[in-house]
Amino acid sequence: MKIKAQIGMVLNLDKCIGCHTCSVTCKNTWTNRPGAEYMWFNNVETKPGVGYPKRWEDEDKYHGGWTLNAKGKLQLRAGNKLNKIALGKIFYNNDMPEMDNYYEPWTYDYKTLFGPERKHQPVARPKSQVTGETMELKTGPNWDDDLAGSTEYVHQDPNMQKIESDIKNNFKQAFMMYLPRLCEHCLNAPCVASCPSGAMYKRDEDGIVLVDQERCRGWRFCMTGCPYKKVYFNWRTHKAEKCTFCYPRIEEGQPTVCAETCVGRIRYIGALLYDADRVEEAASTPDESKLYEAQLRLFLDPNDPKVVKQALKDGISEEMIEAAQKSPIYKMAVEEKIAFPLHPEYRTMPMVWYIPPLSPVMSYFEGRDSIKNPEMIFPGIDQMRIPVQYLASLLTGGNVPLVKNALYKLAMMRLYMRAKTSGQDFDTSKLERVGLTEASATSLYRLLAIAKYEDRFVIPRSQKAELEDAQSEQGGLGYDECEGCALAPQHTSMFKKAEAGKSTNEIYAESFYGGIWRD
Amino acid sequence: MHNNWSIFFWVIYPYAMLASFIIGNFIRFKYFHASITAKSSEIFEKKKLIAGSITFHVGIILAFFGHCLGMLVPKSWTAYFGITDHMYHLFGSLVMGIPAGLLAFIGIAILTYRRMTVRRVFKTSSLNDIIVDWALLITITLGLACTISGAFIDFDYRVTISPWVRSLFTFHPQWQLMASVPLIYKVHVLCGFAIFGYFPYTRLVHALTLPWQYMFRRFIVYRRRVNAY
Repeated sequence: MKIKAQIGMVLNLDKCIGCHTCSVTCKNTWTNRPGAEYMWFNNVETKPGVGYPKRWEDEDKYHGGWTLNAKGKLQLRAGNKLNKIALGKIFYNNDMPEMDNYYEPWTYDYKTLFGPERKHQPVARPKSQVTGETMELKTGPNWDDDLAGSTEYVHQDPNMQKIESDIKNNFKQAFMMYLPRLCEHCLNAPCVASCPSGAMYKRDEDGIVLVDQERCRGWRFCMTGCPYKKVYFNWRTHKAEKCTFCYPRIEEGQPTVCAETCVGRIRYIGALLYDADRVEEAASTPDESKLYEAQLRLFLDPNDPKVVKQALKDGISEEMIEAAQKSPIYKMAVEEKIAFPLHPEYRTMPMVWYIPPLSPVMSYFEGRDSIKNPEMIFPGIDQMRIPVQYLASLLTGGNVPLVKNALYKLAMMRLYMRAKTSGQDFDTSKLERVGLTEASATSLYRLLAIAKYEDRFVIPRSQKAELEDAQSEQGGLGYDECEGCALAPQHTSMFKKAEAGKSTNEIYAESFYGGIWRD
Repeated sequence: MHNNWSIFFWVIYPYAMLASFIIGNFIRFKYFHASITAKSSEIFEKKKLIAGSITFHVGIILAFFGHCLGMLVPKSWTAYFGITDHMYHLFGSLVMGIPAGLLAFIGIAILTYRRMTVRRVFKTSSLNDIIVDWALLITITLGLACTISGAFIDFDYRVTISPWVRSLFTFHPQWQLMASVPLIYKVHVLCGFAIFGYFPYTRLVHALTLPWQYMFRRFIVYRRRVNAY
């Protein structure tokens, strides 16, 4: 067993109103620079819809993530190492999205709005931020927001192609939900595995996946390796960039910008302990619908004294263990099983989890006196306007019963709390049927509905101050004046080690000792 | 040609370019390591790139090894193995040289056309990128012309250019050997050395960064902070 710590996030889709505050604050913080205009480290998609970049879930086209080869061994879907060279892929990356799969970023010619009085009102025309020329706007990020143009877009959603055609065609019963997306900081990150330069890495202390801008050579295999298409190519620096999980904030014990600014308070951040030695085995589970459960089995009970002992031995800080014990992520994903990873069938073991949305079904029951008859939620969930199959295709690799159980639980918790606060009778044996007790239902309600700041964010401060000379590091973060993009050298302390007289082999063994695929 | 000019073109100039290549690359890799990328523009255009990039790279790599063979292996060695001039010529020029040269030429022609005509690619190109494209196009065209003309004129580069190149590496440059070389070969050689000299300051440096470690590395890379004090 090799215990590692991972920072993860849960998003409660039930409460997401699709306001894009997370996307905008993220953009203003991280990607408001030339070359990065089209990058949305965080974006909110309307589902069903094509997403960003368009049809990112179509892995038959983009070949992202992992697959099992003929022998049942885990392999990158884009091809193994030899195949990349043999087919000339090092000279041309066939699976890479083009700018038109995203959109051509633009600004407006604001200057024309000011000036001497003229006969006609001036108009600010859109100008491409790539070529500087005026352009016709045909598409943009989130062009299908709130099902806009859904007659064209909905059938292009790869998830829709997996579910029955009667739901697809029944447009009067149109459903939609919001899906905020960011980098999943996967345990089995295919972007890291794809990078020929070794520039992408998981931070040992919290599992955040970062790009070392000094070592990135612009191969772009990470872009195509990531099935979520959350690694972007900066066309100005010719290097890869991605969501950093706001690591400078996380190190200070603060939540990411997207989580901090979420007006619906739908985001939770916490730590998990997992067994790095078993990740490959779990990701190699043959049945796609069993991958989610295989991932759950990787997580270790942080309150188990044996686990704590081993974790300390494996170099995990006490603060991290304590955070893992109070982790809202562990509670929702592992204990209550109401949060699911996005597309576990990509075999990436993603670490951003989603609580499936329930809203439409509850209003469906308002008129049926569901408090008096909570039994009604069971058939009700099956008739939800957001089809359970659709949610299962997003969140469990098609495993419908698992999503249903989570929805039953959420619905029952609501009915229980409604009865309790309105002073009505409630048969508490109903709670047991969905795996709840009065205490756990109340605590879940506090976590989901009240969602206090300190309950949502349990983030250990890093031991940075003991490791680094803060004064010499200041100004070394961020992408300002991106000459060399000194974002990651902080973590690449290899040069410092070399100066300290260590041999290349020693440095390699220490820096790249590779937890998961150790032989 | 006057001796002084010959010495400049066939002694001073090639050494200056090679010095620039070595020192320039050393400085680039040591102090400007982060700037080394292939400067991909695939995000802007794919269709022409697949045709141009693959043909160019395959052609230029074959051509590179062809040059190594032709320049560095003395005639006496191949003769020792019973390879006659005719056989060498047939294999070296017709079987390897012309196809490799054609591939490289077609590739770079497509890439240059793409760079000049696709708006997004052109607008995001630096002057340096454009110079590199044209320099390669001109040098490869000349090289291909040399190979093809070699079939018609009575000229053996293996007793003139090749010994001269080798003499550069032994630091006894025999510039006299270049006197009888046809002009088109001379221009190709000068252009070639110019590219070597310019190489470290361009995107071409990506050719020197093969990621060997990827072949042997574990898939998932972890990095740990270490104590800086």
